[in-house]
Formats: sequence, structure tokens, C-alpha cells
Amino acid sequence: MTSDRSLALRRSIPGTALFDGELAERGFQLNAMCFSFNEAANRKAFLADEDAYCAKFALTPEQRKAVADRDVPAMLRAGGNVYYLAKLAGIFGLNVQDLGALQTGRPLQEFKDYLVSQRAGIDPAIAGLHVSREIA
Amino acid sequence: MMAEIVGAYFTSHVPAIGGAIARGDQHNEYWKPFFDGFPSVRRWLAEVKPDVAVVFSNDHGLNFFLDAMPTFAVGAAKSYANEDEGWGLPVYKSFEGHPALSWHVIEELVGSEFDITTCQKMLVDHAVSIPFELAWPDAAEWPVKIVPIAINTVQFPVPSPKRCLALGRAVGRALRSWQGNERIVVIGTGGLSHQLEGERAGFMNPDYDKFCLDHLAADPDALTQHSVEEVAQLAGTQGIEILNWIAARGALGDVPLAEVTRNYHIPISNTAACTLVLEPA
Repeated sequence: MTSDRSLALRRSIPGTALFDGELAERGFQLNAMCFSFNEAANRKAFLADEDAYCAKFALTPEQRKAVADRDVPAMLRAGGNVYYLAKLAGIFGLNVQDLGALQTGRPLQEFKDYLVSQRAGIDPAIAGLHVSREIA
Repeated sequence: MMAEIVGAYFTSHVPAIGGAIARGDQHNEYWKPFFDGFPSVRRWLAEVKPDVAVVFSNDHGLNFFLDAMPTFAVGAAKSYANEDEGWGLPVYKSFEGHPALSWHVIEELVGSEFDITTCQKMLVDHAVSIPFELAWPDAAEWPVKIVPIAINTVQFPVPSPKRCLALGRAVGRALRSWQGNERIVVIGTGGLSHQLEGERAGFMNPDYDKFCLDHLAADPDALTQHSVEEVAQLAGTQGIEILNWIAARGALGDVPLAEVTRNYHIPISNTAACTLVLEPA
């Protein structure tokens, strides 16, 4: 059995909601639309007529608004999963660093600097390249 | 005549690596510390000359969707294609499968009471292709056949580290009982700590990564003390891809291992990156 402590963690890690059955059920239509963006023709159809494309996947009003607003935190609250949402972001030329900046409310460069700053936390014992057996 | 497990190759697999390769950025200031980890991996592969790779990875919404999400899926196809994943990566070369070995692994797993999904058709995404691009960058075709094993890291409940280690150990038993003369490399992809979504996006944890690296070879059971939710807390939501490493480590069996090469670097994209080769001591 998953322990009560672990189940509680699904919703209690700060700034994080683990994507479980509740979110997967809530987000099915939005994620299904994003999954369709694996195909270039579908990406094109979305760009050509966003309303019609979203209607085809029967997005909930909450999901439709989140997509219209390009509001990533709202997409997550509406059950979007980041692996699928990244395909939607790709349509707009956004990568996961752009998404990180959008979700944390930091300018992109500040978010990138935050990522680089975490290098300072590495124990020197594991930092960088260690070749234990040289092969010619 | 018995198959031989030559060792294991582990590496991060984030799509941004594919972008860096496509742009030829391997030697720039940002990417060089990561790509510097691979010449020693390539020399090792050239020395141990594997014929087959058993690859533990997670699909990111290319082959599997939420309509049918297997916890563990084992490929049993003659070939595995990569396709457009929607975020601008090039489509990578296809892989030749090894159906006979796949079915042997499947028999052992189900015989050991792992209720897996079997896939005679299966696309593989960047989690398989990028580690191969890194290992064999100039290959016209891949020099090994593959048996891909996908672990669900998308939708909770996700299998526990303990279960993934046990799965890997069962795969290892299958490989050691295979009556072929293949040289088999085990590959575990993904990780290490990173988180893409939510207000905690950008989270990494070099201390947890160090814990994993300190114990993976000699005491992998130490990594099973955490539930997968605890791993998400420690490693970030995508850091649970360490499950692929744990399963791959299990497949090496409980034998003394030696580290050949290791590279740990922060960050590539949003990720604490690591590359590691272990071989029987």
C-alpha cells in the first residue's frame, strides 16, 4: 500500500501537484489535445483555427480559458500534464526554460541564472568528470 | 554458450541535448561540461563491443497516452521508430529489435509475477534516441539491437523504487539465462534531479543526486528506502526518472561493480545532468 505519508505528498510538496488519477481525469481532454500535437498537421490546424481545434477536443471552459490566456499554471490546475503541455508550448516556440520562467513568475534570464546558481550546491566530490578506468 | 552482460551506461536524456546536437553546440561554454562526459563512454563501448542494448526509459507522450498507460511495458518488436514529438527535435534513426530476446525477458518477468504490458508495436522517443546519439554520434545505423523497457513516470501511482529494482533484477536473470552469445549492455536513461512544472520548476537537488550516485553501484537497495512520492520531493517531479537507473542497475545483478567513468554537471536546461558507466569488477 502507498502510505498515508506518501499519499499526502501528492498534494503537499511546495509548488507541486503530483499528476495522479484526480488530475489525469480532470485534464484528459486538454492532454488529449496536446498529445495530438505530435503531428505537424494538427499543430497547423490549431494555429489556423484555435477555437475550432479546441472544440474538437471538447476542452472544459477552464481548460479553454487557460489555453486562450497562455496561462501555464492555470493549465496545470485544469489537469494539464507538463509532458503533454510541452507539445503545446512548442507550437509557440517555447521550451521548458521558458515554461519555468512563466510558472515561477521570473524573467527568463533570471530563471536561467537560478538554474546555473544551483551549481554552487554540488559537493566537489561529485562535480565534473571522473574517469576511473582509462581506455586507450 | 552464454550471453554476457558487459555493463551499464546511464545518462540524462532531456530534449535540449538533442537541440544542442542539432545546432552543433557541443563545444560551447554552456554545453561542453556535459558533452565532455562522452568520449570515455564511447571508448568503453568500443572496447566492450555490445550487440544488444536493454534500455530502461520513460515515454513522454509519443507512444503512450493516458487512455492506456502501462506501468511497465516491454517492447517485442522487430524494429522501433522514433517520430515527431511536437517540440522541434529532429526525427532520429530507427532501431532494430531483438524479438527472441524480448520474449525471453517477457517470459521471465511474467514468470516472476510482473504483470507487464507487451508491445509488438512501439515508438521510442528522445529518452531512447538521445542516449544513442550521445554514445554513437557518427553511426550511420545503430551498432546494437534493442530491447526497450518503458516505466511509467507520467501518471501516479508510479511504481516504487523497490519495485523497479526488483523488475531490473528479474530482467537481469533473464539476460543471464539467455542461450545466445550476445554481448549485452544495459542502459538506464533520464534524471537526475529536475522539475519542469509548477512554482517549484527549476528545482534540483545535488545532495540527493550524490546519495544516488554513492549507493547505486554497491548498495542499490539503499535507493529503495524512499517511496516514489518521496523521490519526487527529493529529486523533483521529473527526477523520478531515477527509476530507470535503478531498474538498469538491478539488471546488472548483485555482483561487484566498478565505475568506469562518471560526469555530473548542473545545469543542462532545467536538469542536473549525469552520465555514468558501470561494469562488472
